[in-house]
Amino acid sequence: MSERIREKLAILADAAKYDVSCSSSGSNRKNTNKGLGDATGMGICHTYTEDGRCVSLLKILLTNVCIYDCAYCVSRKSNDIKRAAFTVQEVVDLTINFYRRNYIEGLFLSSGIFKNADYTMERLVLIAKKLRTEHRFNGYIHLKTIPGASEELMHEAGLYADRLSVNIELPTESGLKLLAPDKNREDMIRPMDYISDTIISMKETQLRMKSTPKFVPAGQSTQMIIGATGETDRQIIDTANHFYKGFNLKRVYYSGYVPVLSDARLPALGSQVPMLRENRLYQADWLMRFYGFQAAEITDDASPNLDLEIDPKLGWALRNLHVFPVDINTADLHLILRIPGIGVGSAQKIVAARRFAHLHWDQLKKLGIAVNRAKYFLTCKGWTHQLKDYEALTIRQYILSGAKHRFGQLHSPQLTLF
Amino acid sequence: MVELIYDGSFEGLFTAIFETYSRKLTAVKISRAGTEQALLFGEQITVYTDATQAQRVWKKLQVLIGWEGLHSIRQVYLSEIPEMEQVILGTVRYALLQGQDVLSDYGHPDILRLRQIARMVHREKHRMEAFVRFQLTKDELYYSVIDPDFNVLPLILAHFEGRYADQRWLIYDQRRKYGIYYDLHTTAFVDLTPDVALDQPGMEILNEEEPLYQLLWKDYFHHVNIPSRKNTKLHLQHVPKRYWKYLTEKRGI
Repeated sequence: MSERIREKLAILADAAKYDVSCSSSGSNRKNTNKGLGDATGMGICHTYTEDGRCVSLLKILLTNVCIYDCAYCVSRKSNDIKRAAFTVQEVVDLTINFYRRNYIEGLFLSSGIFKNADYTMERLVLIAKKLRTEHRFNGYIHLKTIPGASEELMHEAGLYADRLSVNIELPTESGLKLLAPDKNREDMIRPMDYISDTIISMKETQLRMKSTPKFVPAGQSTQMIIGATGETDRQIIDTANHFYKGFNLKRVYYSGYVPVLSDARLPALGSQVPMLRENRLYQADWLMRFYGFQAAEITDDASPNLDLEIDPKLGWALRNLHVFPVDINTADLHLILRIPGIGVGSAQKIVAARRFAHLHWDQLKKLGIAVNRAKYFLTCKGWTHQLKDYEALTIRQYILSGAKHRFGQLHSPQLTLF
Repeated sequence: MVELIYDGSFEGLFTAIFETYSRKLTAVKISRAGTEQALLFGEQITVYTDATQAQRVWKKLQVLIGWEGLHSIRQVYLSEIPEMEQVILGTVRYALLQGQDVLSDYGHPDILRLRQIARMVHREKHRMEAFVRFQLTKDELYYSVIDPDFNVLPLILAHFEGRYADQRWLIYDQRRKYGIYYDLHTTAFVDLTPDVALDQPGMEILNEEEPLYQLLWKDYFHHVNIPSRKNTKLHLQHVPKRYWKYLTEKRGI
């Protein structure tokens, strides 16, 4: 018995791990029934894998049996691998027992598609329902919706889950056609639209009727694989922006393609996972969500891909030197947020602290800003930098020579040239 | 220079701060009993904890810096680091001098330090909320042993109480020799000297299902990793080695 469950867990965790999302934040489900668990406040990463990713949720597939044959997916029908399936009760027991031991914040359940979309989706919803009603479980539940499942099931899922997600899989429609000929974009957009509309309408109802049940309180997210088809960063950023603006998404995840299969349409087995590119895309994503950048500002027509050597915020600053230097003691928050080397936290501290007295360069350094980058772009008491003496290229060289790259030699962009 | 020596309690510290005003002391150092050092020039005064005096300081601060400010001070007190008393005294003095909420004046050295220490304590609290690993005993108690850098049990109590409302649990701080225990109704601080090695429990005290779930968790941890993305530096940054001894998934691999 225990050997069988161990084998299933091994197969179905392995198959689920390429899904990046592990977020457990943003919900508001309180433990009011003296039950088990609480999903309020910020998310918690209970541990980190050796590849440095957060482990917050029990992330598994219900089954890796699948009727589809998507080229990038390890569980595709034509792939010769071991298949397994959990029973509903097994998933419930694992979730509850892991949660009680404080291993996890909750469950992230996805599945290969067996029989048809509705049949699969029904099983996922049943697990969430059992957890909520029989076990009075208030921990976090993230369900991956199955493209093509009915709206009724989608609605029921939304009543039990904290977050729903629909993967758009690939940034462009042409990429999807090439690698996942059985799927179409329309099947992915429709549920997103439905979830987004229902979240809004349920919130409005809640204003009038307090007893309205929660519907996907932590919102919806999506994920796309990058580096499997030939899309540019500009296309990826535009797609993400479209989903943030049009569907009110909480998060868009970017998953650097890990070569798992040999297929003429895909990068060869053993080729480098584009981790640095993935990192730059997340930085661009952050600029849109927290720094007030427009998608169009992040890349320009001349170079539709992000610079791998420098982060996109520094890239923008070097293209827009006329904005700088910014005076720390007088500029608006949104301008301070544009200074390379100053994050959201530091920017807010600066704006709060300068109400008491103008800040001096020495005080600024102690606040935790990245001095090596910021010094070219700001002025304050005790620091008047003559920006006009420098060209963008010179500043870039200075900054690069002073910084050791965080991914080290292994992922340095120069290496990939040879 | 005058050194005020207090009993180490939070009320004692506030009483000492009260004394600096009632005695009109300017050059003053506050030390926990047992940590004081003989001063070459100067006087040592023992402070007797006085709830009324402490309360007066507390109330004044509540008006000036609010609950949030007081919470930062409490966090810094729980850090137990040697300069803690001076940083708190410096903050209180600056707040009274200015007569307003000064907690966002990051340009002031005491405020900056206070916020930095408070942040360190907050991080440790958050880590403990993440790294506690309960083991289930035969008599249905979920227990965990921790060894936090700072005295964070009082700070994590509410989190665990809100979360594990339907199971009995105990979290024991091995370094400070006390724990928090929830009996399905209330949570209490408990002093105890365990008669078994709690961090290396034998099967005689563990529930029979416990080893299976520990094994399943280790399996899961191993299988969720993507070897081709290995990034040891990042891994260690998030899970520093000093915490490994209490993490089920990091033991015996």
